[in-house]
Amino acid sequence: MSATATASPALAADAVEPGRSLWQDAWARLRRNRMAVIGGVVLIVLTALSLFGPLFLAYSYEEQNLALGAAPPSAAHLLGTDKLGRDQLARLFFGGRVSLLVGLAATSVSLTIGVLWGSIAGYAGGRLDAVMMRVVDILYALPFTIFVILLMTVFGRNFILLFVAIGAVEWLTMARIVRGQVLALKRQEFIEAAVALGLRKSRIVLRHVVPNVLGPVMVYTTLTIPAVMLLEAFLSFLGLGVQPPMSSWGLLIKEGAEQMEEAPWLLIYPAAVFAATLFSLNFLGDGLRDALDVRASKD
Amino acid sequence: MRSTSGHRRTERVALLEVDDLRTAFHTRNGVVRAVDGVSFCIDRGETLGIVGESGSGKSVTCLSLLGLVPQPPGRIEGAGAVLEGIDLLRCPQEVLRGIRGRRIAMIFQDPMTSLNPYMTIEEQLMEPLLIHEKIGRAAAARMALQALQEVGVPEAEQRIRSYPHQFSGGMRQRVMIAMALIGKPDLLIADEPTTALDVTVQAQILDLIAQQQRQRGVAVIFISHDLSVVAGFCDRVMVMYAGRVVETADTRAIFREPKHPYTRALQRSRPAMQAKGGELYVIPGLPPDLSRPLPGCAFAPRCEFAVADCGRTEMRLQDVGAGQASACLRVQRGELTLQ
Repeated sequence: MSATATASPALAADAVEPGRSLWQDAWARLRRNRMAVIGGVVLIVLTALSLFGPLFLAYSYEEQNLALGAAPPSAAHLLGTDKLGRDQLARLFFGGRVSLLVGLAATSVSLTIGVLWGSIAGYAGGRLDAVMMRVVDILYALPFTIFVILLMTVFGRNFILLFVAIGAVEWLTMARIVRGQVLALKRQEFIEAAVALGLRKSRIVLRHVVPNVLGPVMVYTTLTIPAVMLLEAFLSFLGLGVQPPMSSWGLLIKEGAEQMEEAPWLLIYPAAVFAATLFSLNFLGDGLRDALDVRASKD
Repeated sequence: MRSTSGHRRTERVALLEVDDLRTAFHTRNGVVRAVDGVSFCIDRGETLGIVGESGSGKSVTCLSLLGLVPQPPGRIEGAGAVLEGIDLLRCPQEVLRGIRGRRIAMIFQDPMTSLNPYMTIEEQLMEPLLIHEKIGRAAAARMALQALQEVGVPEAEQRIRSYPHQFSGGMRQRVMIAMALIGKPDLLIADEPTTALDVTVQAQILDLIAQQQRQRGVAVIFISHDLSVVAGFCDRVMVMYAGRVVETADTRAIFREPKHPYTRALQRSRPAMQAKGGELYVIPGLPPDLSRPLPGCAFAPRCEFAVADCGRTEMRLQDVGAGQASACLRVQRGELTLQ
């Protein structure tokens, strides 16, 4: 998600030129949206901290100090320690890696499958569409937790499997969104006009259908990332996700919640960071939706 | 078929000859015969107006020619639609694709939705050139700019890089016209190009199409529900009702003396033709349900001149003199004169 925010500063320079592309245009509008910018910055900072923070810490995420136990924040342990004496800050950074990675990986899985599935079903229509969407319906009806428990028991508790499981569930909505968009687009006059101009199917899909679907897809993607992270937190909370001594934000919140009366710092910090991430993603997604709507520009 | 069109054009080679075109939609509620045996031909540089109320099959006729009717549920049949030796109804998809936009171009009704909101005007103008001609991007861009200037878009150099939403409806229709003409087609199909525009802009767009038509000598099929719009623009008029042609005539003749009661009813329903303050004339009844068989003349149930035979006799267009052909039984028999 930080890629959208970091990849385009070069484009900003000529954002006011008359001949701007869709993306330059969107970028210029995104920058004017203060909440989206703040969201983007927070995400970049959190990502950077998760990636590089551990390098500057004296403790690793699994280093125990049983003598210390659950200690409140101090100069040595800025965010305190958990009941095994592990440094909370180190675990928070490391948990960020896991949580953000799950968010990104599972979202890419859902994005790829969902967009492909949805656009094929929508564009092909007819019987193929019906069959493909019934598959989606059936998977939708499957209770998610049972599905994951099944996966975990069959394949064992596996970190990669977590991505797959979450992605495999999240693509359903994406497929429906994309199919709906493509269906609506297919009936648009400009698609018919493109056919009347003698364009090939492939060109129509690439030049006319995909760019028009991209906006909703991008937005839904930024909303999927927090959803996926929440799912990971939920699974870890149930003990199905990331296993100690590994850490993830969801796991930290779970552990914190167990001892929130004796050691509230164990709950407050991960919860705050997690909440900040989700807020940022939602604001960024909101901003992207406005930015990618060409018709919303005022000139 | 052609001999009944009322025109002695057998010796000339028509640009497009449509013979007994039939387009039906196979729906759950039965087979809807949207176009039921339409024949006409159009010469190079000629303007033909197709007039009829909503659902009379005028748009479907043209969409069928380009294979733009979704199939299924649509099914296009017919003896042929020959564009200088190529039968549009039977040629391979790939050939048809090469004809679309290059030999036959189309302008759609609603300029607000017929441009891609996510592409600049320039890109959209360049598109037909890039796919049909062996031409570089720079050359295509030059031609796009020229085309935009030719249709009278002010400050074309700047505006060519805008998005459709930054254009007004009239300006978008100008863009659509530029886009249709940029490939130098032989035939331009204008499907109610002014219906979605306000009156002052309508006149401008009509003038523009007429001017481009004269300059380029492109043949135009102009679809409209408004006889007067067609009258000011077309050499010939073809009146359609319930998927069938009920009258073809030179524009002037049809105004002097319509040869079909439906044409007359259409003329009478124009508000401008009627006395102020009086109740507006409306054709009684509703257009027929095209999924049912229509014995005899389709207009008979709504026709004030109908006699018992009208509902029984299968009608065909027949020459009734003065370059006019009518599908009215009583006119053909010489019983009925309309003025």
